[in-house]
Amino acid sequence: MRYAMAVDTKKCVGCSDCVVACQAENNVPHGYAREWVVELVEGSYPNLEMELRSERCNHCDNAPCVRCCPTGASHIVEGGIVLVEHNKCIGCGACITSCPYDARYSHPEGYVDKCTFCEHLVKEGEDPACVAVCPTKCLYFGDLDDPRSEVSKVIKNRKYKTLIPEAGTDPQIFFLT
Amino acid sequence: MANRREFIKIAGLGLGGLVMSNPAINAFTNTFLQDESSLLTGGMTRTPTYCEVCFWKCAGWVSQDKEGKIKQITGNQEDQHSNGRFCPRGTAGAGMYYDEDRLKTPLIRTEERGKQVFREASWDEALDYVADKMKSIGEKYGNECTALLTHGSGGKYFGNLIRAFGSDSIAAPSYAQCRGPREVAFHMTFGEGVQSPERTDIRDTRCLVLIGSHLGENMHNGQVQEMSDAIDKGASVITVDPRYSTAASKSKYWLPIKPSTDLALLLAWINVIISEGWYDRDYVEKYTYGFDYLKEHVKNMTPEWAYGITTLKPEIIRESAREMADSAPSVIVHPGRHVTWYGDDTQRERAIAILNALLGSWGRRGGFYVPESVDIPSWPHPPYPEPKKNWKDAYPGKYNLAYETIASGICDATIPSLSKACNFKTWIVNGTNLLKTLPDQQKTIDAINELELLVVVDTMPMEITGYADVVLPECTYLERYDTIRNSPHREPAIAVRMPAAKPKYDSKPAYWMAKELAKRLGLEEYFSWNNIEEMLDWQLKQVGSSLEEMKSKGVKTFKRSYPLYFLEGEDFEFYTNTGKIELYSTAMAQEGFDPLPVYTAHEEPPRGYYRLIYGRAPSHTFSRTSNNINLTDIMEENSVWVNPRVAKLWGLKNRQEVYLENQDGIVSKFPIKVRITERIRWDSVFMVHGFGHDNKKLSRAYGKGASDAELITKVHTDPVMGGTGMRGNFVKFRFEPAKNEKVS
Ligand code: SF4
Ligand code: SF4
Ligand code: SF4
Repeated sequence: MRYAMAVDTKKCVGCSDCVVACQAENNVPHGYAREWVVELVEGSYPNLEMELRSERCNHCDNAPCVRCCPTGASHIVEGGIVLVEHNKCIGCGACITSCPYDARYSHPEGYVDKCTFCEHLVKEGEDPACVAVCPTKCLYFGDLDDPRSEVSKVIKNRKYKTLIPEAGTDPQIFFLT
Repeated sequence: MANRREFIKIAGLGLGGLVMSNPAINAFTNTFLQDESSLLTGGMTRTPTYCEVCFWKCAGWVSQDKEGKIKQITGNQEDQHSNGRFCPRGTAGAGMYYDEDRLKTPLIRTEERGKQVFREASWDEALDYVADKMKSIGEKYGNECTALLTHGSGGKYFGNLIRAFGSDSIAAPSYAQCRGPREVAFHMTFGEGVQSPERTDIRDTRCLVLIGSHLGENMHNGQVQEMSDAIDKGASVITVDPRYSTAASKSKYWLPIKPSTDLALLLAWINVIISEGWYDRDYVEKYTYGFDYLKEHVKNMTPEWAYGITTLKPEIIRESAREMADSAPSVIVHPGRHVTWYGDDTQRERAIAILNALLGSWGRRGGFYVPESVDIPSWPHPPYPEPKKNWKDAYPGKYNLAYETIASGICDATIPSLSKACNFKTWIVNGTNLLKTLPDQQKTIDAINELELLVVVDTMPMEITGYADVVLPECTYLERYDTIRNSPHREPAIAVRMPAAKPKYDSKPAYWMAKELAKRLGLEEYFSWNNIEEMLDWQLKQVGSSLEEMKSKGVKTFKRSYPLYFLEGEDFEFYTNTGKIELYSTAMAQEGFDPLPVYTAHEEPPRGYYRLIYGRAPSHTFSRTSNNINLTDIMEENSVWVNPRVAKLWGLKNRQEVYLENQDGIVSKFPIKVRITERIRWDSVFMVHGFGHDNKKLSRAYGKGASDAELITKVHTDPVMGGTGMRGNFVKFRFEPAKNEKVS
């Protein structure tokens, strides 16, 4: 099993509903976020292009944050989901520095936090909160090892990219372009 | 003029001495019924609601844990407005309930040591006060001098009260300040309005044309979802906007038009479609009236003619017209929603309607469907007294084509003048922050100063509350029952809102306030139900449902009684003078207006000024959400979008704070951050509406960003229906605040 997500940048409108739903689902404190929206504009008026995309932890296959964690709090569970065990985390921040995507933040309660792919919902067979709420249905989630999963299908049929592939982290979030 | 009504800040009030109730689990609903289906796993409960964060009214569920804490608000899968997915504002709705800045108790204006202040009052005191005043003002001037200005569900109950009292001057700013011109224009053309939610069949369209309408930034939920579905299915989008909007970035054609020239583009499109013979001949022949007049009218309005006006290249105008024609009849030239721009808005909307008629999209799959709603009777009440006058008497012979009351018209009619036969003395303002929704704030304040009674019903200490004589704290939509939602859609469907929690503080629902006032005014027979559950249950039973059923379902969908689209070759009588789709409007001609739209040039920005364009951000609904902690997290202030060329000219840096000064010398009260971006034309600036609050009691929203409303002092009134065109205002940058900052 390999959980992954695809973000259709052709459909995302940058509304941040995914962020709001994540905050509520995961009790993310105000002023912090596990996910965020990026707006990239290229060209000059009126020859412009813009990409909107919702970003979060890439649940990298080759995760530097896990490798550098001195306590083992950052770890990988079933399906390749990268998690932080709050009790074990000493808040040293090594992982924050090592992550090329700036996907982690220091929780005010002293540990490091980030996107969990809503692992608590996923193991019940539900979609992550962001996927379930997205009004444009531009987020796809599922098992890459299962060719019938939504995410496998869109990745097979569409062009896509990953972020900072040169970092060698092997990200598992795919941006459909 | 004596400023009788000083602005009072609602600071530090409402906390002492009064009971603050805790959000108890379904405390209200429990009194009625609590069935199994509302129990979720893990001891969570769910209560049906429809969202009140914007007018889209998505139906959904409020999920609460054992302690009654609202954990989530999610869409109802059965609901056509939301398809089970709320937009960010709806998802964040609990922030309205938990907002500690809410209005907490009734307040009455009083004088203490020469200074006007609010004092806390009990409900009895406040309602007695309002009823006594309404009566004595009515005796003096006639009950017709009472007006209701409303936005939101509670308006229905206050409307019943005001009508029973003898006035029919009831206005929503969503008409003359927003979608009115489009409703009138479509009525003139097709004999029916566009309605809300819009009858646009975006889901199945092949080509969606957006004219200044920024779907995706305005999260009209169902429409945004359908736009996404349409893109998925390969539909093309054509966007006309001086700003590179989100929709523009998803478009096959983006037409970066010179602002205020849209009508010229529309006429050129009509010209191309007629001269190339790309229109739907059968449809035009069978259903429309006045094609030959139209053909003659537009014959010189070529793309080359439009180029000089719009700055859009002729070949782009032709290509985009071709794109529409190739997709016809599955094409939507979208009428937009907020369309009060330049004062000739009904005419621009007429051109949109005409274009749709030529393409044969009205009544067709992928164009405009025929919506249907459910017939729900109102709770029986005696007939309303016939008012002897209403707001229209203030404008003899004018606005005959306006189907709804003009909020700005009520405002104007409140300022006495010899020419106006109707002056209002009492306003009840429900859920609308008039100072931000009506243009020309000073005029609104002048009108308020003429009132003998201003009652404000709201959940939050919005600016308008500071001018009230009496403030009545309404509970949020999560704490109350409301009218049954019955909006036209593909399938007729109803939805209910039930209280998920007991009203916090000493707030009350609108229906309760209206009924209590009716009691005091001797109008009880208009509210003869014992409690709201009884009334709703009765209404629901008339259509074969019940409150009990709706508690577990939230939404109920009914069978259609007529087809969703026109049938092939079907004869159809339109509700127009000619019974046809009027390309040439006979009603407009009768009223002395151009029966075919004529382009007129609008004023351009003076040297050194930029046209002020305002719009929406997906995470906010005007000022309604600007204090919601879940949304200030996403966006806490607006910024002014400036083209890099303009920024260079003024030496502006990104995120630098500037003040904006308009053509009339009005300076924004607060500074606003500059956002330098290629996404805006060099002759315009853009800002999101609803920020720059000046009431300190809105602790998160106070002073965040600037208010476009205060800069809109010049209004171009639509002669056809009284809409207030607001896009003819120009601003420049200033590096210091206004000299003698006038604090209102
Ligand atoms: S909710 Fe969907 S459309 Fe909105 S920003 Fe997130 S991913 Fe994009
Ligand atoms: S995105 Fe960052 S935090 Fe997430 S797995 Fe990769 S390196 Fe670790
Ligand atoms: S569109 Fe959003 S804010 Fe409006 S009613 Fe629907 S969920 Fe609520």
